[in-house]
Parts: sequence; structure tokens; C-alpha cells
Amino acid sequence: MTRASLHPARIAIYATLLAACALYLIPLLVMLLTSFKTPEDIRAGNLLSWPEVVTGIGWIKAWDTVGGYFWNSVKITVPAVLISTLLGALNGYVLSMWRFRGSQLFFGLLLFGCFLPFQTVLLPASFTLGKLGLASTTTGLVLVHIVYGLAFTTLFFRNYYCSVPEALVRAARLDGAGFFTIFGRILLPMSVPIIMVCLIWQFTQIWNDFLFGVVFASGDAQPITVALNNLVNTSTGVKEYNVDMAAAMIAGLPTLLVYVLAGKYFLRGLTAGAVKG
Amino acid sequence: MATLELRNVNKSYGSGLPDTLKNIELKIDSGEFLILVGPSGCGKSTLMNCIAGLEQISGGAILVDDADISGMSPKDRDIAMVFQSYALYPTMNVRDNIAFGLKIRKMPAAAIDEEVARVSRLLQIEHLLGRKPGQLSGGQQQRVAMGRALARRPKIYLFDEPLSNLDAKLRVEMRTEIKLMHQRLKTTTVYVTHDQIEAMTLGDKVAVMKDGLIQQFGTPQQIYNDPANLFVASFIGSPPMNFIPLRLQRREGRLQALLDSGQARCELPLGLSEAGLEDRDVILGIRPEQISLAPTEANGLPGIRAEVQITEPTGPDLLVFVTLNQTKVCCRLAPDIPARVGDSLTLQFDPARVLLFDAASGERLGVVGSPPASTGKVAQFKGR
Repeated sequence: MTRASLHPARIAIYATLLAACALYLIPLLVMLLTSFKTPEDIRAGNLLSWPEVVTGIGWIKAWDTVGGYFWNSVKITVPAVLISTLLGALNGYVLSMWRFRGSQLFFGLLLFGCFLPFQTVLLPASFTLGKLGLASTTTGLVLVHIVYGLAFTTLFFRNYYCSVPEALVRAARLDGAGFFTIFGRILLPMSVPIIMVCLIWQFTQIWNDFLFGVVFASGDAQPITVALNNLVNTSTGVKEYNVDMAAAMIAGLPTLLVYVLAGKYFLRGLTAGAVKG
Repeated sequence: MATLELRNVNKSYGSGLPDTLKNIELKIDSGEFLILVGPSGCGKSTLMNCIAGLEQISGGAILVDDADISGMSPKDRDIAMVFQSYALYPTMNVRDNIAFGLKIRKMPAAAIDEEVARVSRLLQIEHLLGRKPGQLSGGQQQRVAMGRALARRPKIYLFDEPLSNLDAKLRVEMRTEIKLMHQRLKTTTVYVTHDQIEAMTLGDKVAVMKDGLIQQFGTPQQIYNDPANLFVASFIGSPPMNFIPLRLQRREGRLQALLDSGQARCELPLGLSEAGLEDRDVILGIRPEQISLAPTEANGLPGIRAEVQITEPTGPDLLVFVTLNQTKVCCRLAPDIPARVGDSLTLQFDPARVLLFDAASGERLGVVGSPPASTGKVAQFKGR
């Protein structure tokens, strides 16, 4: 410890940072504490008090209610994330390395997809799903997520591949490699950082989605976000806050886990395009 | 081993845009080393990409061993290329980089191993086979890039400015190695560069390009001694050829060039007598090494006294700059000449080596001294 680190300004900085940290963490703490309390405890004590009896009953009840929907979310999210990432990579590859007449315009139009609010695509999407015979199916919901996500994944991969020298593709063509060989053997192995970015981004978007889930899925096929809403918004009977909180934690844990596991790639990948590779 | 012939090759990126390549005609024999040289934007790289098949030509034909390949895709042309940026596959190690093309072509694994071993021995990169390109120095990457091209044993090698990313010392080393490699393998090679020294030292044939046209095609000696126009004369040679603007006079039936150094005048008799050259603005071209110091006793050649303005000792030579006809003229003299700024020297030039160019068009006028440039064909732009 040098004396400089004890300077009042430095103390003020750390105090501010700690305060901000606490402010962000308090809701999480309240949720965690509440989820382990009994309903009587919740009604009696204040929000931040320690549980008088630590009980897992809230978590068990929550899993009984939303557990099935948790697996729905997995079944929706995993294929939607993987397919939209793969297609985005392929799009980015074509738009950066195999430019065709009008490809810039095509890319420009595709970018509009990033700025489209969810609400505007609801009606056209449900119309299309109806025509395809996919209304109210998990496949239909996955399709909507893939199409909506393509604008983002294409943007990520196209910008990443623009920093890859075109000579690599030329060299591979002279070596006799075709379109898919070049993609699979040369470009994809170089793409780990941007694949991570795409996976995190798409996972977060699709797992946390509520609107598409509530519109395009029905009954037992609904994702966990919709189930959580249904649970919390039930107006009959006594409010079981411990169950609500535990269910919300269950719904939020996977995205949290993805960030913890792959977060370092996220930052690295986001800046990878900006710095010379 | 293959011959390469370009017949009236044209390349255009769309109507309204100027043509990138205009009526390119050239032919090289099996095993020859062709240099495409010119300033940036002259179309030399485009021409190379067209030969490789990475770009489609808009007209004409490209023939390898008399078979038209211009419609073929790059992989079917049996041509290998070394790129300026090396373009090594970053996620593969050196061995896989060299073997990639062989694997794609479904060569048996044992044969691939043998070929990788042969090439890495040839280029002395055996100890690098396990490394990734990112762990190699520029010179090592260059060798691996060459190894990747050599492994395929193609009909033709293409080199796209392969030395321009190396530092000066390494560039000279690799230049010698490329020449050695070519002498040993005798594979037909096309080499693009903007460096006139590489053009002179490496090539069996040189094509000097500008604005999508071949300005001159010939041996390095023809290009150097007998340039077809002012552009070729100025592009090849370092220090560059001197260009002195003047008017020609006719005296006793012979043409004479009038030189003026400010302190003296000299009438330089020229070895030609064509009509129509007199009383017209021309440019006299003379290379710095063709200007010499007059010996103390007269040798019959006319000399001119001129004041030394700058001296640049380069080691093997002393470059002396004087002014003739209000133009700075560089003379390449022996390094032991005691020339100081302000001194006056008597300079001589060999009339037989002097070149004349038209001041307006830059085309070569008459032929002074050396025989006509019969093999040096000048491409003419034909409107399409």
C-alpha cells in the first residue's frame, strides 16, 4: 500500500464503486433471501432480514410449477441459437468474401432487421407461420427466433470476416478448395471469438424473450418466461413470494451461467473486429 | 513445365469504367521467368489474378501449353501462387499449410508426407513444420508460402510482389533464393513487382506495364538499353535516366544536339540523319553511367564543362549532379574523382548510347546507335 492509494479522492472513488455495486446487488440479495424464507417469515420480517428458518420449499414448489417450462425454453433456445449462429456465419462469409452484385444493398437491408421492434413483426410472422402450418408449435417459435436473430448474427460475422485478408480465400481456391471447404476448414476455425459473442448474444436474447413466446407458443409448449409471468400474476389465493422469487432465479440462472463461463470471450470478440487481427 | 500465352486479353469492370487491361499480348516459353513490372494501378496484379483464374477476363484468351484455360476455375488450372501477404492459413501449422492443397486433391497420406519432407528440405524449413504462422518471422512465412506453392508441382508459379513485406536485407537474400530455386526447378514463372531491380535481376523476359497497356516486352537488356518510350526509360534504372529537353539542328547533313551548361556550350553530333527531326522539341535520354569524365588528352569526343552542384558518394560510385539545359543531370563517376561542389568538370557522353524521345508523345525517335527494338513490341490501344 503506497500513500497515494489512501488519497481522499481514491477513497471516494472506491466508496462510489462499492455503493453502486451494492445498489445493483441488493435486488439479487432480496430475491435469494426471500426464496429461502417461509411465507410467514416473509409477511413478518423486513426484506433484508436473514431467514428465521432456511427452507428449500419455495425452490421445490417453484421447480414443480415452472420446471417443465424450463425444458421448453431449452428446446426452443438451443436449436434457435445454434442454427441462427451457423446461418449468420455463412451469410457473413458470403457477404465479405464472395460479394455479388447488390450484396452491399442486401447487407444494408438485412441490417434493418436489427432495428425492427419485436411488435412490428408479430402479425406478419404469425400470418407466415399459419401459412406454413407451424402456428402454435415449438418449431414455429424457433423459426421466428432464427429469422429475427439472423440480422444480428450476420452483422457480427460479416464484420469479423471483413478483417480477414481476402488472400486467404484466394490461396485456398488455388489450392483447390471449394466454397464449403474454405468455410469449414479455413474460416470457421478462425472464428472462435465471434462464435462465442454470437452464442452469448443469441442465448440471452432468446432465453429472455417473452413476447414471441407468449404470442407464438401455447399451453404446455410455452417458454419459462411466460410460465413465470403466469405464476407471478395469478390473482387467486395467497401470494407465495418465496416461490415467485425461486422461480425467477431459475429462469435467470442459465443466462447468468453463460456469462460466467464465456464472458471473457464476449469482451474479446466484441473488440476483435476493431483491432487488427 | 509449360508455355504461357496471352492473346489480346482484356479486362473491364463494367461499361463506363476505363479498361483495366487493354489488348495484352505476350508469350513465354516453357521454363521462362516472366516479370510484370509497373507502377501501382497499372494492372499487373489484375493480369496475374486473371492468369490464376481469380478474376475472369472480359476478352481474349489465356493459353497454357496451347490449351485455352480462360474458362476454367482456379483449381483446374494447375497454377500455384505466392501472395504478397503470404496468406498462410493461421489456424494450421506449417505442415498442414503445405499439405492442404495436396489433401484437397486426395493425394494418399504417405505421398503427402514425402512431398512435405521434400519441400521443407528444399526450403530449409524442416524445423518449423510444427509451428503456426503467427510464430514465424516474415522471412520464414515467406518460405512457407513458397513451400505451399512448390508442393503442388504446378505447371506455372505466380508470385505477387512476394518480397515487398520484407526488410531490405532479407529482400536481397530471398531474391537470390528465388532465382536459385527457379534455376533448379525450371518451372514457368510469372512474377509481379513494382521494383525495377527485381525486374532486372530475376527475369528472362520483362513486360513493363502502365495504364493497363504493355509498354514494352523483351529481355531485361532490351528494356534497359533500348526502351520503347520515355516511360520505360524512366521506370527502369536506378538512378534513373537523365532526360534533357532540347532542339536538334542539322549541320553538314548530320543532326546535332545543342547542350548548354551555363558556362559552356557543346554541339553533340548524333549518329543519325533522318529528315523531319530538326527544329523540333525532343528529349535526349542518357543514363548516368554513360556520362564520363573527359580524359586529360583529347579522344575526339566532344566534352562540356559544367559546375558540380551536389555530390552523392554511394560507395562504389560517386553521383555528381550538374545542370544542362536548365535540367538537373546525374552522372555516375568513379568514387575516387576529387569532385567538390563548385568545381567544374569536363563531361563526355558517348553519342552512340544517347536516346531521343518525342517531347509530346514520349515515343522513341529514330534509333541512335543500337539496333532497332525488333522484339520489343509496343502494344497499341485500340478503341473497343
